[in-house]
Amino acid sequence: MAQGLSKRIKSLQFAFLSPDEIRRMSGVKIITADTYDDDGYPIEMGLMDLHLGVIEPNLRCRTCGGRVNECPGHFGIIELAMPVIHVGYAKEIKRLLQSTCRACGRILPDAPTHRAESMNDSDDAAPAPRPRDSKEERSCPHCHEIQQRIVLDKPTTFRENSHKITPKEVRARLERIPDEDVRALGLNPRFGRPEWMVLTVLPVPPVQVRPSITLESGERSEDDLTHKLVDVLRINQRLRENRDMGAPQLVVEDLWELLQYHVTTYFDNQTSGIPPARHRSGRPLKTLAQRLKGKDGRFRSNLSGKRVNFSARTVISPDPLLSINEVGIPVEVARGLTVPLEVTVHNQEVAKELVRRGPSPTPDEEGRYRCGVNYLVREDGQRIKVMEKNADACAELVNPNSIVERQLVDGDIVLFNRQPSLHRMSMMAHFVRILPHKTFRFNLCDCPPYNADFDGDEMNLHVLQSQEARAEAKVLMKVEEHILSPRYGGPIIGMLHDHITAAFLLTYKDPKFSKSEVTYLLSKLNYPVPPPAGKDKDGEPFWSGKQLFSLTLPRDLTLEFRSNIWAGCNDPPMACKHDAIVVIENGVLKTGTIDKKAIAYEKGAILDAIARDNGMPRARQFLDEMSRLAITAIGLKGLSTGIDDEDVPEGAIKEIHSALEGARIRVGELVEEYHRGKLEQMPGRSLEETLEVMVRRELGQARDKAGDIAGRYLGLENPAVILAKSGARGSMLNLTQMAGAVGQQSVRGERLLRGYVHRTLPHFGRGDLGADARGFVSSSYKRGLSPTEYFFHSMGGRESLVDTAVRTSRSGYMQRRLINALEDLKVAEDGTVRNTAGTVIEYKYGEDGIDPTRSYQGVPVSLDDVVAQVLGRRIRSSDERKPEGPSGGAAPPVTEEEMDLQAEAQLEEEGEEEETEEFGTPEEGPEFGGE
Amino acid sequence: MPEEKKAPPRDLLTRIQEIAAREGVPISASVAESLRAKLQSLRLSPADATKVVHEAVRRFARAEVDPHESVGIIAAQSIGEPGTQMTLRTFHYAGVAEMNVTLGLPRLIELVDARRVPSTPMMTVHVDKKLKGERDAVHQIALQIEITTVPDVASIGTVVEELKVVVTPRADLLEARGVKRAELEAALRENLDGRLFEVKPGSGGGETRALEIHLKESAAGAAKSRKEELTEEMPFKKLLIASEEAKAIQIKGVEGIRRALIRKERDEYVIYTEGSNLDGVIEIPGVDPVRTTTNSVFEIYRVYGVEAARAALIYEANRTLAEQGLGVDIRHLMLVADVMTNEGDIRAIGRHGISGKKTSVLARAAFEITAAHLLRAAITGEVDELKGVAENIIVGQPITLGTGAVNLVYRPLGSGAASAPAPKAPPVEGEA
Repeated sequence: MAQGLSKRIKSLQFAFLSPDEIRRMSGVKIITADTYDDDGYPIEMGLMDLHLGVIEPNLRCRTCGGRVNECPGHFGIIELAMPVIHVGYAKEIKRLLQSTCRACGRILPDAPTHRAESMNDSDDAAPAPRPRDSKEERSCPHCHEIQQRIVLDKPTTFRENSHKITPKEVRARLERIPDEDVRALGLNPRFGRPEWMVLTVLPVPPVQVRPSITLESGERSEDDLTHKLVDVLRINQRLRENRDMGAPQLVVEDLWELLQYHVTTYFDNQTSGIPPARHRSGRPLKTLAQRLKGKDGRFRSNLSGKRVNFSARTVISPDPLLSINEVGIPVEVARGLTVPLEVTVHNQEVAKELVRRGPSPTPDEEGRYRCGVNYLVREDGQRIKVMEKNADACAELVNPNSIVERQLVDGDIVLFNRQPSLHRMSMMAHFVRILPHKTFRFNLCDCPPYNADFDGDEMNLHVLQSQEARAEAKVLMKVEEHILSPRYGGPIIGMLHDHITAAFLLTYKDPKFSKSEVTYLLSKLNYPVPPPAGKDKDGEPFWSGKQLFSLTLPRDLTLEFRSNIWAGCNDPPMACKHDAIVVIENGVLKTGTIDKKAIAYEKGAILDAIARDNGMPRARQFLDEMSRLAITAIGLKGLSTGIDDEDVPEGAIKEIHSALEGARIRVGELVEEYHRGKLEQMPGRSLEETLEVMVRRELGQARDKAGDIAGRYLGLENPAVILAKSGARGSMLNLTQMAGAVGQQSVRGERLLRGYVHRTLPHFGRGDLGADARGFVSSSYKRGLSPTEYFFHSMGGRESLVDTAVRTSRSGYMQRRLINALEDLKVAEDGTVRNTAGTVIEYKYGEDGIDPTRSYQGVPVSLDDVVAQVLGRRIRSSDERKPEGPSGGAAPPVTEEEMDLQAEAQLEEEGEEEETEEFGTPEEGPEFGGE
Repeated sequence: MPEEKKAPPRDLLTRIQEIAAREGVPISASVAESLRAKLQSLRLSPADATKVVHEAVRRFARAEVDPHESVGIIAAQSIGEPGTQMTLRTFHYAGVAEMNVTLGLPRLIELVDARRVPSTPMMTVHVDKKLKGERDAVHQIALQIEITTVPDVASIGTVVEELKVVVTPRADLLEARGVKRAELEAALRENLDGRLFEVKPGSGGGETRALEIHLKESAAGAAKSRKEELTEEMPFKKLLIASEEAKAIQIKGVEGIRRALIRKERDEYVIYTEGSNLDGVIEIPGVDPVRTTTNSVFEIYRVYGVEAARAALIYEANRTLAEQGLGVDIRHLMLVADVMTNEGDIRAIGRHGISGKKTSVLARAAFEITAAHLLRAAITGEVDELKGVAENIIVGQPITLGTGAVNLVYRPLGSGAASAPAPKAPPVEGEA
């Protein structure tokens, strides 16, 4: 190990290879188009010549003498019989020809200046400014030669007054341009003379670049590049022969053009204007440009992202008993992943012991996993695979300076990742827990940042290999460091689903628990049973749910806010009928129900407060304890929901029916009015649109009314309602759809329209504008949909599926572009934001230099918190959260109406979240909400 | 916002700032101001107040960004990640029930792309403060903004037998559009080719008296093109031309504004328009140019300059995200807008904008159009300084952001050179 010394590439210089240089770096001149002889031995001066490097074992490179893994490969050359144009430079050559004298090579006075600035633009986007296309003749000021118009006949043919200029002639002209003029034309003669853009020798890449594969049948299959080079060689050979024999000009020219074609496709097989060279099977060859280009090209696939060792991937499953900072790893995986242990005099003995265990040690006395060793790296750098057989022998080889690659143990730090990695929370550091079974496991609170669920998702795991990496991961990447999201300055890791239900059950109206229940509830937590809250009428002590919840809170937490079930009442906290105002004083929950607003990710006020005021470790502790408490609580109390939770009494059903019937009649009336031309047109809308708007409004109201009626019979004692109201899962809208009516189906935001001629289905009359004919589903999910309704519903469902598919690709590309445009920006030490060129992008990051992660929902300092801390009491109105920006006037004050809309939009959003289970979202309010 | 800043008790604000300055923490003006307001509303004792200020300043300092933070990547992720959660439904309600505006992901992409014309241009026109409560006055302004064409106020009929086009104004439409018959007549006269057509009063009386467009005898002697000859033979063709032309004639309104709607917002009537023409609309008397705005960022750039365009970008992006219920910190949007407007004009995020202008060859090659960038680099003998992220990843060395930006040189005591007690070398920053 080199100590304290590391080399760093400071810059890269791009340049042309001159023909001389190509020759100098070449190991061999290739002249035969054949590759191997009958014995399978590379033919000399063929494309697999041993001077080019070796890819087969037991052979030595003729150039450097190295073996397979020692020889990096060497270039060869093909001497082209006649020069050819390099496709990539055809346009550049044209520009040079146009800008210089055809006779003396000096630059012409009206030569277009080089597009030094716009050079980086996609080169097909902006063609070079053309020298005046005027008919008038230009003459060279130096030699008075009359200039001709030069056109490029794509891709590589140059014409002057419709006379072809051969590449040879082109090259001759380019040679005549003196260096000063080359410079004036924007090229740098130090790094490339223009004539080098016309090839006279072709470098042949080493065999390592184009390895041939031997199929099972013993047949050899050559790389596409080799195939292409064979073509080049063959034609080159024929061209040389013909030329030397003095064949007719026409034949030579044809061969020359063929050579040009092969060289062109060798560089880029997707050159427009010429047919791509194909394999025998008809598949186009993948030549040089194709290797580099695009998503699977060298750049994006192998250079910007690389495959790694020390990684694992398997299915994930939940484990509420793990800390959010941990990840459960199957033994099989742990055995395959290693951490290098640098042996010193101090740990020598331990290391030896580990090596002695071999790669699959037996469990210890208590049946626990013990780590073994897979490899040993000797002092001299030799890697030895440790096996059962040689374990003892290997142990003897261990000495300071050797490295032992030991298997994972509990407490190792690893990176855990789920694709798509859309934000930095998609890859976080966890501590290892080796567990039985075959899945990766983690706490459910970690689902939101990874956007993971357990319907078959797989995740990746990477083991860090250096101390620096581990230190960095521990400080910056641990899960607890990511509880607060930089996106909005609130928690992204928090409780979800059952946790919320459990917290609700635990705290709503403060239920009482007996001693045995409390013992069970606290069994997974490390707390002594607190003194009972009181005694019931039998004299038995009882504990309250709020009391138990309070155990997990930090002692100094003081907070007040409205919970999710809050329904707009303005009662003082203690008097709230719904127990909906949360008051926490010094770590004790006084009143209120703990639900989504308190502990959920994205929303949780308590979580937010703990993370900010008590620090991340405390927040982690809270989450760990809370998820354990929640899981035991819901196990104790139990909650199940089924289709009968949506049962409503007979009377309600009748009521719903009549409400829907009423709407149907009113829609009929509207249609009637429309037909008679009595409908009053809305400003700026056509009559048809007016009808649509009014019908939709009517039907939307009907659906809501049906929901309201159903909702009256669904109280907080109903498990499904608990789920919805506490914010655990689903919404009242979902319940409404199950119990009341599903509502209007839509495609492209309009009532269903397409299908048959002037009607949606043959069940309806042509031009029927009524509710049923245009996709209003008046049945509920529970009652079941009629055939036509079912069909309409799947139309809506199809749209949302298509929508999702299209959206992912579009937003993915947008994010790629954003990342690419912004990746280099950083906050400099002076607080400015700069790019790599040193240009100031912002004088102060975000106008106030505040890190959004550490901000309070975007506001630098929560003054309420400050006051609460200083005065030791909380001043009312802690629920206010200003979504406004720091100082810029960009964020407009949100009107009440807008807020409603946002809330509603959100509701809808949550309804249709990810799962496809929620087909055909019905028309939602916003459209009619206005006015 | 600033205009409503009450006469501040100066000393309080200055004292807050003094404390901050003493602590060496550059607190933002908005924090200082809200602190002032808070203190004032709480009426704390001076000692408590000072404590509050100190604590606030301390917390502000704690919330500051770290040097070398990769704010760009964070911003890009923060905007990109919620993209998957956005709707694709192009049209969405936005303030006015009668109007559709592109929102959601397509709108965000449109902003980032720096498209010249948004797919649904829209303006929010505020009127002068003194007119804002008067519906009629606002209505009049709206009428002046909205384009009114001849068919909007009159029916156009062709009488082939008499070789004339009859334009009959409709009283209700004239009224609704606030157009006088005279204006209509003037518009017709002005816009029809006087050499071919003649406008004469027709039947009826008063405001609804019809206008007739007659064919003029073609000017004798003038050279006739083939087309003219053709129409000469068949004069009804000319009639068709006349009626088509008449239909297209714009009587009044601002170019590009297809519709103008009035909506009451709190105590004010606001005009929303479909179509956008900022320079045109702010010229209309009665329109308050200060509060009138458009969703076309490019138009704002043209009329008010880059800084305004930056603000517009931030506002539009923020609005689009907020409407979807997605919270994204405004600082991320600011950064994107600042990058886009950094050069003094609006540049798109992507190949034709910022990414194509990067200094690093490798970074450009890794993004799009790989081969072209590499070939070009050779021509000019470009040098890649390897300062950015993509380049360094490609060559396989640590990136220059975050912890990678700091180079620490550690000389172990007693190891290596005999000059044993290596001085407490401060961390060396920059290239090693």
